[in-house]
Amino acid sequence: MKNTLRQIFHSPKFVGGFCIFVFILAMMIIYPLINPGDPLERIGVETFSKPGIYFSMYDASTTKTSPFRLADADDKRVASKLSMEDRVAMVEWFGLAEVDVEGVSMDDTETLLKLWDENYSADKKIKMTQAKKKYFKRLNNSIQSLKAADKMEVVSKNPESGENETVTTIDKNAYVNVSDVTNTKILPLGTDNFGRDVLKELVSATRTSIGIGLIAGIVATLIGLTVGLLAGYVGGLVDDLLSLVTNLFTVIPSFILLILISYSLSQDQRGPSTVAVVIGLTSWTWTARSVRSQVISLRNRDHVNLSKLSGHSLVRIILTDILPYIASYVVMAFILQVSSGILAESQLSLLGLGPKTTVTPTLGLMMNWAMLYSAHLNGSWWAYFPVILTITLISFSLNLMNTGLDQVFNPELRD
Amino acid sequence: MSKFDPNTAKPCLTGRGVTKVFGMGDKKTVAVDHVDFNFREGEFVSIVGESGSGKTTLSKMLLGLINVTEGEIDFMGQPRDISSGKKRKEYWKGIQAIFQDPFASYNTFYKIDAVLLDCLKMTGKGHLPMEKKVELMTEACSFVNLRFAELTNKYPFELSGGQRQRLMIARIFLLRPKILLADEPTSMIDACSRSTILDMLQKLREEINMTIIFITHDIGLAYYVSDTVYIMEHGKFVEYGPAEECILHPKAAYTQRLINDVPKIYEEWDLSTV
Ligand SMILES: Nc1ncnc2c1ncn2[C@@H]1O[C@H](COP(=O)(O)OP(=O)(O)OP(=O)(O)O)[C@@H](O)[C@H]1O
Ligand SMILES: [Mg+2]
Repeated sequence: MKNTLRQIFHSPKFVGGFCIFVFILAMMIIYPLINPGDPLERIGVETFSKPGIYFSMYDASTTKTSPFRLADADDKRVASKLSMEDRVAMVEWFGLAEVDVEGVSMDDTETLLKLWDENYSADKKIKMTQAKKKYFKRLNNSIQSLKAADKMEVVSKNPESGENETVTTIDKNAYVNVSDVTNTKILPLGTDNFGRDVLKELVSATRTSIGIGLIAGIVATLIGLTVGLLAGYVGGLVDDLLSLVTNLFTVIPSFILLILISYSLSQDQRGPSTVAVVIGLTSWTWTARSVRSQVISLRNRDHVNLSKLSGHSLVRIILTDILPYIASYVVMAFILQVSSGILAESQLSLLGLGPKTTVTPTLGLMMNWAMLYSAHLNGSWWAYFPVILTITLISFSLNLMNTGLDQVFNPELRD
Repeated sequence: MSKFDPNTAKPCLTGRGVTKVFGMGDKKTVAVDHVDFNFREGEFVSIVGESGSGKTTLSKMLLGLINVTEGEIDFMGQPRDISSGKKRKEYWKGIQAIFQDPFASYNTFYKIDAVLLDCLKMTGKGHLPMEKKVELMTEACSFVNLRFAELTNKYPFELSGGQRQRLMIARIFLLRPKILLADEPTSMIDACSRSTILDMLQKLREEINMTIIFITHDIGLAYYVSDTVYIMEHGKFVEYGPAEECILHPKAAYTQRLINDVPKIYEEWDLSTV
């Protein structure tokens, strides 16, 4: 026993998978401690805020500042303020005014501005509509103000006098330390379509999904094991009956069955544990079949015969003479069942047949939401990519552990 | 050498038309085909036949481990009844076995103490205090030249093949059945341990007046140890009778062939004809 454990933990594949899985589990435990609260709380008013550190503008404007003189700060500011639209408009004007802009890049803010300063004049005789003329004038104004901007005044209305009073002036080279701002929000994975913290949701969803996988795995393994043991060991009519049921379940694709059962349950009945049990109920067949064939090869072994001759009961023989011999196999089957349970939940939820949506998030539900609100179309990768990555990591780590175990238990596979 | 007297011994296991058929239709195999036998108390019977002749199948039927397709078996003069778990348990107090492969006979997950303790439990000694049990187990082990103190708390895989087979005999020593079925108990171990084990079986038979049904493919060995031999070919007994008669004056051609196949040390092997 001890020896086997040592062997297992010397298998690089098992250890690799185990580390990944433990890391995921640790995240599930630690992250809610750092960031407690309801994972489905809607913090964002807008949908799909991108990942990053958010801090309150309101608070920042009155936070203590430190002046910095950074050489390229002005250029960067102007460059960032000058939108693509403006740049296109500038180039359009250059074209109309027949200014040579051959070889000037759209991103080269400095050259663009220099050319603009040198050439632009509202009085220049260029053939264009009045509206266009006004448009370019406005563009010029905004460019000039961008360059000229120096200080910004924050004004607030005095409730007594009703006068506008300057609260503070913000200097161009005033900087605020983010940690000094009273209200900040770190959103490592941004927010989703309902303005919820994706990371928090993901951690909670991972926990629920692993739970679903575990329940589904336990249900499937228990049923499969019982059916397989009975069919294989008792044989005869029992075997015929159980094999018939197993074959029936095998012939109907389990995913179709899963869809049908889920569909017949109403939304309210579909809690995560119900969905897990339903998944377990439809996926036990291959465990049953392989346990059965293992048991059939075991039941004629002499140690089983000896146990019979020693007067042991059927139950005892199954528990002590059969089960230990297939235990490693059952553990492996269980791991695979957990992994496929998690995948089955994702697939179901993606079809909108997963657990009901208001209680807890699951990995599948997160995918479903992201898809419904076309996160994949509007470039909000943070709403679905981390979910896919998590599902992949979980099932990768479980399968890796399984391969590792397989190599320990089946020495023929060792390389 | 033996105290067995064919004229006075009472029958303990008799069979009429015992048959075993595996599978059906095209895949049908008649492993044992209408065999009759009469094994008597205290008798050392050998069943001899080549591989696949149905020896193991017959022994499993005799043990009640597989169903008999056809035929009747009487045990101690009464029709054998093993229809319920309780009756089977009772039957197995009277008939026990040693199997061919000492490596496969043990549950590798349990210490060997468990095997011996089971025997005590089966013979109604389960309630005895531990010291008494240890005493009995020590006695059984020393009967087969093993030291219980060295074996206790060990797992089967820590024993050699010969030790395991001897431990199986110790088990029989504790159980004291009427009949012992030994299915090629020596075929997987070396010649030296083989004679030790055969000696122990003989000693045990004399000690508890047990019938031994010894299954082997080695007709020379059968001649050496048994009172009676049954020669089996393709699931049928082609010849049976007292060992001397059967082997020294074989009637069936098959028996003659088996005897000729036994290599004789003083003959030079003619490898060119093999
Ligand atoms: N469970 C089974 N199902 C189908 N056929 C079987 C089964 N067990 C044995 N047989 C067949 O019955 C025949 C007799 O087998 P058995 O094991 O009794 O031979 P054996 O005399 O013990 O041979 P060996 O000396 O090799 O042990 C063989 O042809 C075998 O293929
Ligand atoms: Mg055999």
